[in-house]
Amino acid sequence: MTESTTAKRAQLKPPVTNVGVIGWLKTNLFSSWYNSLLTVLMLGMLALFIPPLIKWAFIDSLWNSSAEACRNIDGACWSVIPHNFRFIILGFFPEGQGWRPVLAMALLLGLVIYSKERSRWKKSLAWLWLINLIIMGTLMYGGVLGMPVVETSQWSGLPLTLVLSFFGMVVAYPLGIFLALGRRSKMPAIKTLCVVYIEMIRGVPLISLLFMSSIMFPLFLPEGVTIDKVLRALVAIILFTAAYIAEVVRGGLQAMPRGQYEAADSLGLTYGHTMRLVILPQALKIVIPPSVGILLSVFKDTSLVVIIALYDVLKTTMVTLSNPEWAGYSKEAYIFLALLYFAFCYAMSSYSRRLEKELHTGH
Amino acid sequence: MKPKDNSTPIKPVEAAVPFWRDAGKRAILIQVIALFIVGGASYYLFSNTQANLARQSIATGFGFFGKEASFEIGESLIRYSASDTYARALLVGVLNTLQVAFIGIILTTILGSVVGIARLSTNWLLSKVAAAFIEVMQNIPVLLQLFFWYAIFYESFPPPRQALNPINGIILCNRGFVFAIPEAHSAYPAMGWIFLAVLIGGWFMNRWGHRRQELTGQAFPAGRITVALVIILPLLTWFLYGAPTAMNMPELRGFNFQGGVTLSPEFMALLLGLVLYTSAFVAEIVRAGIQSISRGQIEAAKAIGLRPGQVLQLVIFPQALRVIIPPLTSQMLNLTKNSSLAVAIGYADFVAVANTTINQTGQAIEGVAMIMVVYLVFSLSTSIFMNWYNKHMALVER
Amino acid sequence: MNDSPKNVSPEATEKPIIEINGMHKWYGDFHVLSDINLHVQPQERIVICGPSGSGKSTLIRCINRLEEHQRGQIIVNGTELSNDIKNIEKVRAEVGMVFQHFNLFPHLTILDNLTLGPIWVRKTPKKEAEEVAMMYLEKVQIAEQAKKFPGQLSGGQQQRVAIARSLCMNPEVMLFDEPTSALDPEMIKEVLDVMIDLAEEGMTMLVVTHEMGFAKSVADRVMFMDDGEIVEQNSPDVFFDNPQHERTKLFLSQIL
Repeated sequence: MTESTTAKRAQLKPPVTNVGVIGWLKTNLFSSWYNSLLTVLMLGMLALFIPPLIKWAFIDSLWNSSAEACRNIDGACWSVIPHNFRFIILGFFPEGQGWRPVLAMALLLGLVIYSKERSRWKKSLAWLWLINLIIMGTLMYGGVLGMPVVETSQWSGLPLTLVLSFFGMVVAYPLGIFLALGRRSKMPAIKTLCVVYIEMIRGVPLISLLFMSSIMFPLFLPEGVTIDKVLRALVAIILFTAAYIAEVVRGGLQAMPRGQYEAADSLGLTYGHTMRLVILPQALKIVIPPSVGILLSVFKDTSLVVIIALYDVLKTTMVTLSNPEWAGYSKEAYIFLALLYFAFCYAMSSYSRRLEKELHTGH
Repeated sequence: MKPKDNSTPIKPVEAAVPFWRDAGKRAILIQVIALFIVGGASYYLFSNTQANLARQSIATGFGFFGKEASFEIGESLIRYSASDTYARALLVGVLNTLQVAFIGIILTTILGSVVGIARLSTNWLLSKVAAAFIEVMQNIPVLLQLFFWYAIFYESFPPPRQALNPINGIILCNRGFVFAIPEAHSAYPAMGWIFLAVLIGGWFMNRWGHRRQELTGQAFPAGRITVALVIILPLLTWFLYGAPTAMNMPELRGFNFQGGVTLSPEFMALLLGLVLYTSAFVAEIVRAGIQSISRGQIEAAKAIGLRPGQVLQLVIFPQALRVIIPPLTSQMLNLTKNSSLAVAIGYADFVAVANTTINQTGQAIEGVAMIMVVYLVFSLSTSIFMNWYNKHMALVER
Repeated sequence: MNDSPKNVSPEATEKPIIEINGMHKWYGDFHVLSDINLHVQPQERIVICGPSGSGKSTLIRCINRLEEHQRGQIIVNGTELSNDIKNIEKVRAEVGMVFQHFNLFPHLTILDNLTLGPIWVRKTPKKEAEEVAMMYLEKVQIAEQAKKFPGQLSGGQQQRVAIARSLCMNPEVMLFDEPTSALDPEMIKEVLDVMIDLAEEGMTMLVVTHEMGFAKSVADRVMFMDDGEIVEQNSPDVFFDNPQHERTKLFLSQIL
């Protein structure tokens, strides 16, 4: 084929209904009578629900008015949020000390964003996390550097939600690894103990563990010793999450080829060395996507502490709504809270999906 | 040929090895230590508990089962009043949990499958709406969703006097969802029996049809005939019984509705929240299951000449189901476990009743133990089913 | 024809470096190794061949306790292999093993793969371990890949790294479990060349392989195993030109 031949061939354009906007509409919305019917139905339903929703949420609504002004409108009263914002987010944290939980949350958010890059996954990152959590704890509790002590009973709102999720996850992870290793052990007593623990915890709802920890823990301790409520809830969350992490890590361990264990053995490495230097670094990397999924679940499940009267961000919202001034605006408050949760959870789940794709092709 | 030595292996007599260096004995030592620690810790907690219970004069044991409960329960499938025993109250709770779980599982499976298939649709609008539904429902905590729906009922819906009445016989108000049901008539049980009979007959007809196909090669449309009969025969029965049309309509008497069926706001909120939340996860499972069938399978099936319906029935469904059923059952279990959140919105499920019992009798340990045992029974039954299913359906491999 | 094969070895005067006496192994009821008697002299090179399922891999894996024997004695360099953990660790440090599927650690660089054992088992300081590692990498002609990861190397290169990794532990004996079976044909030679160099330097080697050319040119003894027993063993000339047993003849006719 000479160049001139190919150049002379007339440049035919595809039919106009196959390209451009019309083409897209045809393939995606109207490709068959069946699809066209569906499209019309969907558009009809959207037309039925979206305009009234927009009217309620945006047109007839008030965004920063007094409670009385809200009573006279048909639309959404978003004012419930700005007026109670500090209480919803920070709860009972003392006035004037609000900068501490805010700083703690900002540090946590910063670290989360920093950790997203895979190139930064080194041992130093683990230390960074540990230090960050200690700083967070210190900021919240106070007692040093002139910061007045704030008891855990006053920790509430979004900081409490974050403390419960992240501390819970970080402490539960090593416990989960031990349980996974124990479950794969050849020693029957160890294996049975681990299997019984894992299956029992996974078989019951988190609420029963929260009940157990808040009602039963005081009975387990000798007279006079008390644990504060936040710690009790944290222990329940840790025990619960560890069982799920154990199953996920077990999957990673099972995916390791036997040859890795054998090569380490033949070099003379002990069990501890083999696990620490050869097996776990590889296995844990494989299970990072499902682990992020567990973190996501923990974050959502912290809302359950409402039931044992801990003031996480859901409970502070409910307290706001029980105020007679703002009663009746539950929809608006809950929608705001839902957006907050959605932003965080959606970011985490899409990150997890992206990670899974990257790790899959990277191998 | 040297005779094979088939006697059982015996350990060689060896120089005494210090036990901490002997691999076998070290394992035993570690296990003994572990059991000792666990046992010791348990004993410590146990003795503390006994002392504390004695100090607070709380009874132990399940003697309270026979005592009078003296609290009302909002809704119940069986007859119950405050003078009944705790045991009966707890039974009411279990039945309520099962009711929500049963209806919830059916609705979730249907909704989840529809949304999952819609997500894969070639219609861009449908697939994006399904995707939005999945993302939104998955990423909002289920408890928040429950509170939201509950708030819709008691805040946004009008009182009975100004109830919403979109169609005659369907009423929405802040007392719940009220709808009309057919008035009791002997036609309906008869229709029920005929329906069951058609299903059983249809199953036998299917088997006979398959055998006939194996022998003669002619397909017998047992499925289509069964579907037709299951619609026609009950309708015929209805006619024969005089075509009763009387409806038990809800009517406003005083402040509330009498007649028809009332589903409380608590029940509706719990059901709605659980079904919407769980169906988002089921949709993803169904989608993944269908997508797991490689395109090569579908192409090969088409190349043989199978029609789209047959491709679906013979090639796609059996393989997709294998991938879908295990995670699906664990979602069903999650729904059952999540139903325990009913205690937060006032629906009287088992956890809620047990909680009231604990508060009244002070016997926290028995109460929490009961809750955990009941749910463990649910989970273990599901696990057993799952194991049976997996063994039954495992692809035979080399 | 049926008495237990006697130990045939050129210089049976020194103390054997590996002694296996009356060894049996069962997998459950299956008798996988039956009455194995084998003495290996220092610097001796033994090639073990046989059909699949004959137990040859199992045999050498018993020598570094990757598998346990139920009856008989295995003594490696004076240490008897038993349930004694200290003995097992001592033997493993003295015996190097090269696997069919290389089994390099994919998350570590080549250099780190080699220094892992010396640092953590022999407690060698890192700098010294790295110097030794680089020396062995040069020996197997792969020094320029030291900072790369196993996934970036070809099969032949990975196997050479695996050999270097075992050598870093300064073993007395090297075991090879079908080292070239997983390699593409064009890479077999580079690995065999390294093994030949090793043999010429006087390393005691037990090699399970199908590469009969290697056996002919390097081995002091060739051993045929079938059905869990050592059927025949001889010097290569005798073994290949004048096999004694029917089973040996059948096997040789199938592979040569």
